Amino acid sequence: MNSDGHNKIRVTTIKNELGLHARSAAQIAGIVQNSFANVWIQKDNEKADASSIIDILTLACAKGTKIAIIIEDLADLAILNAIADLVDSGFGE
Amino acid sequence: MSKPVAQEKILKGIDASPGICIGKAYLVDKEGVDVVEKYFINDKQLQGEIKRFKAAVKKAGDEFQTVLKNRPEELQRDYILETHIALLKDKMLYGRTVETIQSEGVNAEWALKKIVSDLKATFEKMGDEYLRERAADVVHVSDAIMRNLVGIASKNIAAIDKRVILVANDLSPADTSQINLERIMGFITNRGGKASHTGIMAQALEIPAVVGLETATIAIKSDDLIIVDGNTGTVIIDPYEQTLFEYEERKIGYEDYRAVITRESHLRAETTDGTQLEVMANIEFPEEIVSVKNYGGDGIGLYRTEFQYMNRPDFPEEEELFGKYREVVELMDPKPVTIRTLDINGDKAVASQSGLDEVNPALGLRAIRYCLRKPDIFRTQLRAILRAAAFGNVRILFPMIAAYFEICAAINALDDAAESLEKDGLPYKREIDIGIMIEVPSAVVLADLLAEKADFFSIGTNDLIQYALAIDRGNRNVAHLYQPMDPAVLRLIQRVADVSREKELEVYMCGEMAATAHHIPLLLGLGMDELSMNPQSMPRAKRVIRALSVSDARSLTRKALKKKTARGVFEIVQSAYGDIISELEYH
Repeated sequence: MNSDGHNKIRVTTIKNELGLHARSAAQIAGIVQNSFANVWIQKDNEKADASSIIDILTLACAKGTKIAIIIEDLADLAILNAIADLVDSGFGE
Repeated sequence: MSKPVAQEKILKGIDASPGICIGKAYLVDKEGVDVVEKYFINDKQLQGEIKRFKAAVKKAGDEFQTVLKNRPEELQRDYILETHIALLKDKMLYGRTVETIQSEGVNAEWALKKIVSDLKATFEKMGDEYLRERAADVVHVSDAIMRNLVGIASKNIAAIDKRVILVANDLSPADTSQINLERIMGFITNRGGKASHTGIMAQALEIPAVVGLETATIAIKSDDLIIVDGNTGTVIIDPYEQTLFEYEERKIGYEDYRAVITRESHLRAETTDGTQLEVMANIEFPEEIVSVKNYGGDGIGLYRTEFQYMNRPDFPEEEELFGKYREVVELMDPKPVTIRTLDINGDKAVASQSGLDEVNPALGLRAIRYCLRKPDIFRTQLRAILRAAAFGNVRILFPMIAAYFEICAAINALDDAAESLEKDGLPYKREIDIGIMIEVPSAVVLADLLAEKADFFSIGTNDLIQYALAIDRGNRNVAHLYQPMDPAVLRLIQRVADVSREKELEVYMCGEMAATAHHIPLLLGLGMDELSMNPQSMPRAKRVIRALSVSDARSLTRKALKKKTARGVFEIVQSAYGDIISELEYH
């Protein structure tokens, strides 16, 4: 499945103390399980599959890291917003 | 990003088996599931293999759910466990394992292990310590899947796929018996003392071992480059280039030395004044006969028979035992093969998971005590031994005899076994030498009574020293008190030797004590007729014997028996023979 070149990107910064650790990654991956197309988290030039806790963890995002959330299908806009809200809220920690 | 330069790290432990090896570490984790067998799956069975993997994941998930459900309500949510449940189905773990099974046509265990070690490597490169440690979550989850894939019983170090140095907390006899010699370069364990099972096994396999390191499994990671120096008890992790170079040289030097002493090992061990001492081998497997012959063994002084009772759900059949014994007997014929009857608690060995645990197994139901309690199991082995005796030169040796009635009962059982073979019309030989293993202090005290019932005594020093001095040789806190040269030990041996002379019995020694160069003058002086040891110690022992005379050894022994401490005994041997021994020994 190709992306249609209309990726939607939201850039945000990790605010919680522990960074994107196992539990926060699990929360993101949980949301993404219901997406229509691929959802990515990007840090610098590295991209991780947002449906995989492990892949998100491998980005090693500490507090203060700038990340981009990328969706490939506009139908996943709600998911994009939900992830961004979660990150901005510091994962409720 | 610059790669951090690894700092060379040195660990000191106990030298349990000589030799030097340099190679990659392979960590056996506590559950043993780290070591995984690899095999290929054909196209037709691929879907079945994937299903098997999915079923294991589901079972692991059910296990986690059960834990979650059984948590007390008042506790906070268990985010860690919830995360682990989510990880089970993670693409990078679950998805990629399924892909690997499919694309490489390998078994699920292997695919899972491959994916997990890739992931571990990725995590371990991370700068942030907290994130680096998340590898533990992935490992935990994959262990749960692995347990469900392989089942608890089958930890398998038999199928390691590369040449490695095994690093473990401890290696049980069952673990070591599975090891494929060609795959293992050396052993390192946290636990164990000089005469522990790991050391004995490593010596049998002729590979270096360092034990009692305490922290080896923490300090060493799988795939670390390590040097194991079994001559000095040193382990070096991430060695500098200079160190590597130095040890490569030492390794070559040691191998040259081995080659020299091996060349002359086929010659007899005769003292300078013409007394011949038989140098025999201790073995556990028929496969070891090759090294017994290479190293010029005069026979088998101790054939341990426990291993056929281990790693299995049932007891071995007579035919199976007979086959193994016959193989050894025929290969060694006409040289003698001393078969020791079962020296463990067979119930525990066979049903490794179950059975009641004894608080103090060394003082528990084992060896002859167990066999007399289980006449059927004993008879099966005795019949197999008597049948093998028809094919060569067999002696039988009863272990752990502590009382007169025990040797009587053992001989009765042997007669019964012979009678039943006679009835069945099977070929056998009853006229074999009967030996008593002298390894319990009470057997030393009763040696004169026991002598009436036997053709020979064989002194098992490992246990005799342990029981006489009340030292657990596997216990690091007291292992240094395990002293073969302790005056008490020498006097015990002296008594057995004196009784043997008086009653005209042969007296042998089959413990590790016989393999140590410094002990040999004393053993010669005390009048041992045979020394039995691990095969690769035989050339050196022969070398030492050839340098001694019986008359000198006797006068030395007389002096040694007057010493009050192990240290005193050592010093007297050292001053008389230190130069000779150090010339013959490797440095």
